[in-house]
Amino acid sequence: MQNALYQYIELYNANRPVVEARSSEPLNRLRTAALEALETAGRLPAKGDEGFEKTSINDMFAPDFGVNISGVNIPADIASSFRCGVPNLSTLMGVVVNDRFTPTSTLLKNLPAGVTMCSLSEAAGKHPGIVGKWYGSVANLDSPGTALNTLLAQEGVFIHVARGIRLEKALQLVSILSAPSPLAAFRRILLVAEEGAQVSVLKCDHTQEGSKQCLSSEVVEIVALNGSKVEWYDIEESNADTSRYCQVYVAQHEGAQVNLCGSTLTNGTTRNEYSLDINGDNTLSHLSGMAIGSGSQHIDNSSDLRHKASRGHSNQVFKYVLDDNATGAFEGSIEVCHGARFVEAYQSNRNILASSNARMHTKPQLLIYNDDVKCSHGATTGQLDSKALFYMQTRGIPLQQARRMLMQAFMADVINTIELEPLRDRLRHMIERRFDGCQSGCRECK
Amino acid sequence: MDNNTKKPGQNQASDNDSLLRDVTESDYKYGFVTDIDTDIIPVGLSEDVVRLISEKKGEPQWLLDFRLKAYRHWLTMTPPEWGHLNMPEIDFQAISYYAAPVAKEGPKSLDEVDPELLKTFDKLGIPLQEQKQLTGMAVDAVMDSVSVKTTHREALAEKGIIFCSISEAVKDFPDLVKKYLGSVVSYKDNFYAALNSAVFSDGSFVYIPKGVRCPMELSTYFRINAAGTGQFERTLIVADDDSYVSYLEGCTAPMRDENQLHAAIVEIVVEDRAEVKYSTVQNWYAGDKDGRGGIYNLVTKRGLCRGDYSKLSWTQVETGSAITWKYPSCVLQGRGSSGEFYSVAVTRNRQQADTGTKMIHLGPDTRSTIVSKGISAGYSENSYRGLVKVTPAAEGARNHTQCDSLLLGSNCGAHTFPYIDVMNPTAVVEHEATTSKISEDQIFYCNQRGIPTEEAIGLIVNGYAKEVMNKLPMEFAVEAQRLLQLTLEGSVG
Repeated sequence: MQNALYQYIELYNANRPVVEARSSEPLNRLRTAALEALETAGRLPAKGDEGFEKTSINDMFAPDFGVNISGVNIPADIASSFRCGVPNLSTLMGVVVNDRFTPTSTLLKNLPAGVTMCSLSEAAGKHPGIVGKWYGSVANLDSPGTALNTLLAQEGVFIHVARGIRLEKALQLVSILSAPSPLAAFRRILLVAEEGAQVSVLKCDHTQEGSKQCLSSEVVEIVALNGSKVEWYDIEESNADTSRYCQVYVAQHEGAQVNLCGSTLTNGTTRNEYSLDINGDNTLSHLSGMAIGSGSQHIDNSSDLRHKASRGHSNQVFKYVLDDNATGAFEGSIEVCHGARFVEAYQSNRNILASSNARMHTKPQLLIYNDDVKCSHGATTGQLDSKALFYMQTRGIPLQQARRMLMQAFMADVINTIELEPLRDRLRHMIERRFDGCQSGCRECK
Repeated sequence: MDNNTKKPGQNQASDNDSLLRDVTESDYKYGFVTDIDTDIIPVGLSEDVVRLISEKKGEPQWLLDFRLKAYRHWLTMTPPEWGHLNMPEIDFQAISYYAAPVAKEGPKSLDEVDPELLKTFDKLGIPLQEQKQLTGMAVDAVMDSVSVKTTHREALAEKGIIFCSISEAVKDFPDLVKKYLGSVVSYKDNFYAALNSAVFSDGSFVYIPKGVRCPMELSTYFRINAAGTGQFERTLIVADDDSYVSYLEGCTAPMRDENQLHAAIVEIVVEDRAEVKYSTVQNWYAGDKDGRGGIYNLVTKRGLCRGDYSKLSWTQVETGSAITWKYPSCVLQGRGSSGEFYSVAVTRNRQQADTGTKMIHLGPDTRSTIVSKGISAGYSENSYRGLVKVTPAAEGARNHTQCDSLLLGSNCGAHTFPYIDVMNPTAVVEHEATTSKISEDQIFYCNQRGIPTEEAIGLIVNGYAKEVMNKLPMEFAVEAQRLLQLTLEGSVG
């Protein structure tokens, strides 16, 4: 097996000044530690490693990708292709092409006081204290993927909501991978919600039509300080040539609420990791995900939720529908640490295999170090209920339509965790179209 | 115990403390050592040792070749580290790989068996005496890896059933042993299986011919006695077409400050429409309350349901061992074959257990059921680790898994690691797990009806484990229930 890691380390060692010159101080500060962590690890996780049973990160990074370290302007057809509107939900939108952030004019005009959404380098200039304090504070360099991202990420998005500000409009990030030649983009997002702040972010991932093979390595850090509320909705609609390795790290403080929901509708190879540290008492955490796979899509979600404080309530729901040769993997763990009392943590993973070549691997885990808890997990893999299908047919609903209806209903649990009603409607519509066999695509919005 | 959270009744806290002390200090009643002449070979492992064991047992060349292949393969392997266990490195050169009570030319009747030995098994409550025929159980007693005595052989032989030690089987039924040995657990399977294949010294061999229903429970009792040794026994059970057998296994060891290694292999082959029921009450010495001493129980158990509509059922009650690492598995190959796994695992003090099962669905219409109940107390760590795999050919496979954990005390850990791999869309696989402590409402209810807390806990735990206990054969169920009560006496949630 080829070790994919060293091509990136060599790239960095050869171009260190360029990488740093086109970045900013808080990001540069962590590169040495990241390099050390990578050299200790020696390689990226490969298939069969514990926790990576079905997905090889090494293989995702192995192709000879170019990394745009010198910041060459790569065009992307944003205006016509990716309008990404959600009917009845006016958002404040910014666009990320590969790793570069561009605000839209409405964003600049309408962003209320106390709310920042800008590029990390701009933020490093304007709010050096905040960026310096939180950048890299949640992400774990022991994960080789995160260390590699920290080593090479030059730019990113910074979202900050000041104390007590409740943002009514949702923020939206349209992320586009544009790869005229094979390309790897190292993306970074830092979101800080100060005490009592509220924010919801909608992020959609796309790949520019006509792109070559590409990879997005993304590390998202979410800091939810005391009494804040963060909603994070992520929808991926890319193509078969796209690999995505997205690691979301959350630090949740006392009384904070966090709601994360990730949907994979079309993709190539995707690995999403969610790592939640629940550091404060009286928290509420929702984590949900859905995946619809056909063709040879591969979707792997992994969650790692650590209750370090008392009276935390967490709920995880992950659902997969896999058709054709699609493969899915889910690995979820709940850890209740010593001294974390009165924790209630639930997890459920349900999967439907719709074809004989679809594969599902699931590994829900509980690690409990305390007796004052209520924890459970459940996992099922099977097919649609034949009785329900039969019943619907007796009422004159054709089999195909009955199947679609049941699959949509199956996804309802995940959709219902989304708190923005227009987004729920939109996602329902997208799923409907997805099961009809057409890529709904943002371009059909509006 | 965190006192400030106990609001109702301050004295309850001190009650709890004394009860917890009781449980951590309750005795291990099998901890005695038998003073008997033992033939122990020097410590260390090398090709010469493997040859020596084989020579001592007067084995044929093919078996020696098998051992040597296994030994050479073992040298290339490293111990598995994925378990949720904190296991000190084992020095394989510090163990003696062969210890046998000195026997004079194999006892022909009980009179010739060393009286010390008989006393040992009497103390353990194992009916070796012929007069105990009425208990209706045939016993193969294995001490320090050597089979001491097998009872009821004649009665069984009438039906054509072979039940003897594996070394006798090698001599008397070489074709059968050669055909099946290593067919389910290959010597390449894992580190400890390779080690066992190289140095195994004895064990039981069972063959049930076509159409025979074994009239009594077959039972093996394992006992580690000698110090500084490991125990490496090997059990092979073959159930031919349309046969049935229920097999029981029990184990104990003396109390010692050192850790002793037990690395066994159990292989079971189930042919068309046959059924095998394998029950274990594992009560190896678990170490003292600070975790000194105790047995490392690193065992590979696997059954192959080769025949159509065959059935294999594992039932285990695990209360002993400092470290348990075992996953009794079913390979469901025949059409409509089914596998069951029922387990109660209790850990306390500093015990660690990483145990569970594997259900590998190869054939169509195969079914499996897993019920696992973990109970952890003290500073122990109790993990369930299981695999359910449905391969593409396993049309219509069905699995249901239920694994529950009960926590007694706030310093223990209970973990669940299920692996579920489904490659066939017609399969239905379900997994459920819950973790909680004994509910205060339930205890309060019992108290209210005049049942003291300690008894209430006994009741609740017994109810919790009942689903598994019900699957044990009668004689064993009584012993297991007693064992459970003894282990948990006075423990409080």
